[in-house]
Amino acid sequence: MIRLPLALLFSAALFSIGVYGVLARRNAVMVLMAIELMLNAVNLNLVAFSQYLADLAGQVFALFVIAVAAAEVGIGLAIVILVYRNRETINVDEVNLLRW
Amino acid sequence: MVAAETLTAAPPGVLSLAWLIVLLPLLAFFLIVFLGKRMPAGGAEFGILAVAAVLVLSLLTLWRFVQGGGPYERSFTWAPVGSFTLEIGWYVDGLAAVMFVMVALISFCVQVYSLGYMAGDVRFTWFYAALSLFTGSMLNLVAANNLFQLLVGWELVGVCSYLLIGHWWEEHVNSSSGIKAFITTKTGDVPFVFGIFTLVFATGTANIPRITGAVERGEVAHGLLLAAALLLFGGAIGKSAQFPLHVWLPDAMAGPTPVSALIHAATMVVAGVYLVGRMFAVFSGAAGALGFVSTIAAITMLIAALLAMVQDDIKRVLAYSTVSQLAYMIAGLSLGEAGYTPGLFHMFTHAFFKALLFLAAGSVIHAVHSNDMSEMGGLRKVMPVTFWTFLIGSAALAGIPPLAGFWSKDEIITAAFREGNLGLWAVAMATAVLTAFYMTRAVLLTFFGEYRGHGHPHESPPVMTWPLLVLAAGSVLVGFLGAPQLGAVFADWVHVGTRAHHEPFSYGFAAISVAGAVLGIVAGYRLYARWREREPLRALGPAYTLLERKYFLDDLYWRGIVQPVRDRLSAAVDWSNRAILDGIVHAFARAARLLAAVVHLVDTRAVDGAVNGVAQTTGFTGGLLRYVQSGNVQRYAVFLFTGVILLAFLFTRF
Amino acid sequence: MGRRGEPRVTPQEVAFGIVALLGVGAALRLVTARNVVHAALYLVVTLASVGAAYLVLAAEFVGWVQILIYVGAIVILFLFGLMLTKAPIGREALDNQQRGLAALVAVAVLIGLAALVLAAFPWSEARVQTVHVRTADVGAVIFSGYVLPFEAVSFLLLAALVGAVVLARKDEGER
Repeated sequence: MIRLPLALLFSAALFSIGVYGVLARRNAVMVLMAIELMLNAVNLNLVAFSQYLADLAGQVFALFVIAVAAAEVGIGLAIVILVYRNRETINVDEVNLLRW
Repeated sequence: MVAAETLTAAPPGVLSLAWLIVLLPLLAFFLIVFLGKRMPAGGAEFGILAVAAVLVLSLLTLWRFVQGGGPYERSFTWAPVGSFTLEIGWYVDGLAAVMFVMVALISFCVQVYSLGYMAGDVRFTWFYAALSLFTGSMLNLVAANNLFQLLVGWELVGVCSYLLIGHWWEEHVNSSSGIKAFITTKTGDVPFVFGIFTLVFATGTANIPRITGAVERGEVAHGLLLAAALLLFGGAIGKSAQFPLHVWLPDAMAGPTPVSALIHAATMVVAGVYLVGRMFAVFSGAAGALGFVSTIAAITMLIAALLAMVQDDIKRVLAYSTVSQLAYMIAGLSLGEAGYTPGLFHMFTHAFFKALLFLAAGSVIHAVHSNDMSEMGGLRKVMPVTFWTFLIGSAALAGIPPLAGFWSKDEIITAAFREGNLGLWAVAMATAVLTAFYMTRAVLLTFFGEYRGHGHPHESPPVMTWPLLVLAAGSVLVGFLGAPQLGAVFADWVHVGTRAHHEPFSYGFAAISVAGAVLGIVAGYRLYARWREREPLRALGPAYTLLERKYFLDDLYWRGIVQPVRDRLSAAVDWSNRAILDGIVHAFARAARLLAAVVHLVDTRAVDGAVNGVAQTTGFTGGLLRYVQSGNVQRYAVFLFTGVILLAFLFTRF
Repeated sequence: MGRRGEPRVTPQEVAFGIVALLGVGAALRLVTARNVVHAALYLVVTLASVGAAYLVLAAEFVGWVQILIYVGAIVILFLFGLMLTKAPIGREALDNQQRGLAALVAVAVLIGLAALVLAAFPWSEARVQTVHVRTADVGAVIFSGYVLPFEAVSFLLLAALVGAVVLARKDEGER
């Protein structure tokens, strides 16, 4: 018996911390980590609701999210490595060719 | 087209080919215009061949008519206009047949003569083209069976006259003479056209036999008839150079002499006489019309004869003589039925000897290179053929029997007396004396005495002398066609009414006429047998000046009519045209351009400004907005999340 | 204050609360660490605490999958990524210049979400029954109702695999 808001608040906190990380970190890998944080927050939300509503769909979806997150991290890191190869830096601030 | 034939007792035969007589010279005109330059004789072949064929046809027509072919009419409906129909057709009676022969023969002689006279001329081919056009038009005028067709021929011969008078238009005097002739005859054509309209209005048709029939049956109101007669006569005054529109004929001598011979002596100028003759029923049906005609004729006859006496230019002598003789013809017609045949007979004979005189004068001019008799003299020795033919012509003109002029002129004079028109008779007698006088003067000054010029005159080539001989023969012989002693067949051909009018011959009157002519000749001989440096007639003093200045009529016309119209009226019209009408047009143009400038301004400043402004604003805004594109992904993410929060807030709260 | 029959705080709640605090703390350290490796380690802690939270929530399968995949594989990927990109190991500023703004946005997000949550599920009333979920049941649901997404995800993983290989390999002749 867990109060639902507790789980949801935990999830919200993780999510907002993840937001901060996405917006504030310089290192691209750090940004990816923060994104993982956000995804995990969402997963937590899904599972909590799944147990609250006694519907397994939430957990199934959470599993899918984990799989997709894994794929995304793989690709993301490949891109980061490529960028590093080409530009010798993974500082997000410096990858701004699309600026005005 | 619908044909309507008036069949006569005997089948018409060649009379039905009258259209060919009209058409052949016109065809020759086109052939000369298009092919003339390439022909070996410069197109004259077509003209001479055509007129020769016409001559043959005319003679056959006359022959057929004489044999009892009767008046023949054939017409085609050309254009029905409401209740009125325009037709094309021909009407061949004695008058028409005789005139066909006259026109054809004179034209033929003139065209052959021109081979020599106009040889080497700069516009030889066009000359023959105009001559053929003229011949066709004159024949159309004569053959016409309705007034509109006659009018067409009338105007066309006027045009040809203008063209031919101004043949050597490089000299300004020639072109202005042509214009004078055209405008003056045109002044007479205006009443003529109105006369036609009056008749059409009165009778409902323009067909001549039908009009004549209606008039004779008394179907036309007298007022209308008189008006029509006087208006028609206006045309005759213009075309036949009667007072006061006679002033163009002497100036028309600026044209080549063959033209003077054909158009201004024998054919075109007699169109007015022909008109009166053709529409005689109208004239005789309106009381007073013939009186007016008679008065005009009398005045003209006398003043022209007087003017002929003081001319130095041999062609002008003949020109004034023509005016005077035309008046004779019209005077004859004005006597009514009795004068109809004499008047037209004189027209016929006059064609021969006047054309002869002109062509002979042309021969002299061609040899001496001058028109002035003061530079001639003694030419009978070097130009015998010319001399004898000119002499025959002069004698015929003076009325010496048994030459042609005697028979015709004497008939008129006698008829005048017999009809009781003693005034006309006296004037005609006086004119006859004067005629003999001035012709004697001309003969003496030209052919007798010593040669006063600077050239080397010699006889003209045969191509020029043979027509002279033909016409001289005519001048001798044609008179007998009207001689009562020989049956006066001319009267059988050309008469008014159904029966011919055979007047008995009066030896008494003949004697008086001849006496008058002899008187004139003697007076002329007395004054001019010996050349005098000073013109003897100058002894007349102011009278001579009056004559020399042509009664100041030309000055009157020039100052009184031409100058005010040209310098004031035309200038005023021109001014109003330029200042007012053009002004309005220009004002519209200026307004349009102003409007266009305004529109342009609006377009460039406002419209383009707006468009450019939009573009500039867009660019400006874009220039500002692009700074948003920092390229920094995290910055974008900030915006994204901010947006999400806002939207979430909005969606849940509202 | 609890009512009779309604326990105020359950042992699961306490456990969950501890795990939550751990997770949040580790996450905070994750985003503020100056050393990337430290950050990676904090990530491990965070992910593990989330997995523990799943377990407390009685979602066993998801919890162990989380530990397996996330803590086991993905963290390793991150470490490899850090290694290959020569992540600066040592102290240095790893935050960019919009820190303040980012904090602001993060706080706004937190407040917004918290407000939403508490408005929808009042603190005292919504309770999660932690029913033990059997893996077989999860499997049954997946392979009956969600087969298509399952296949799609496998496709996705294949594409990601191929893509990562293609992206990360060195081109011939380059370098």
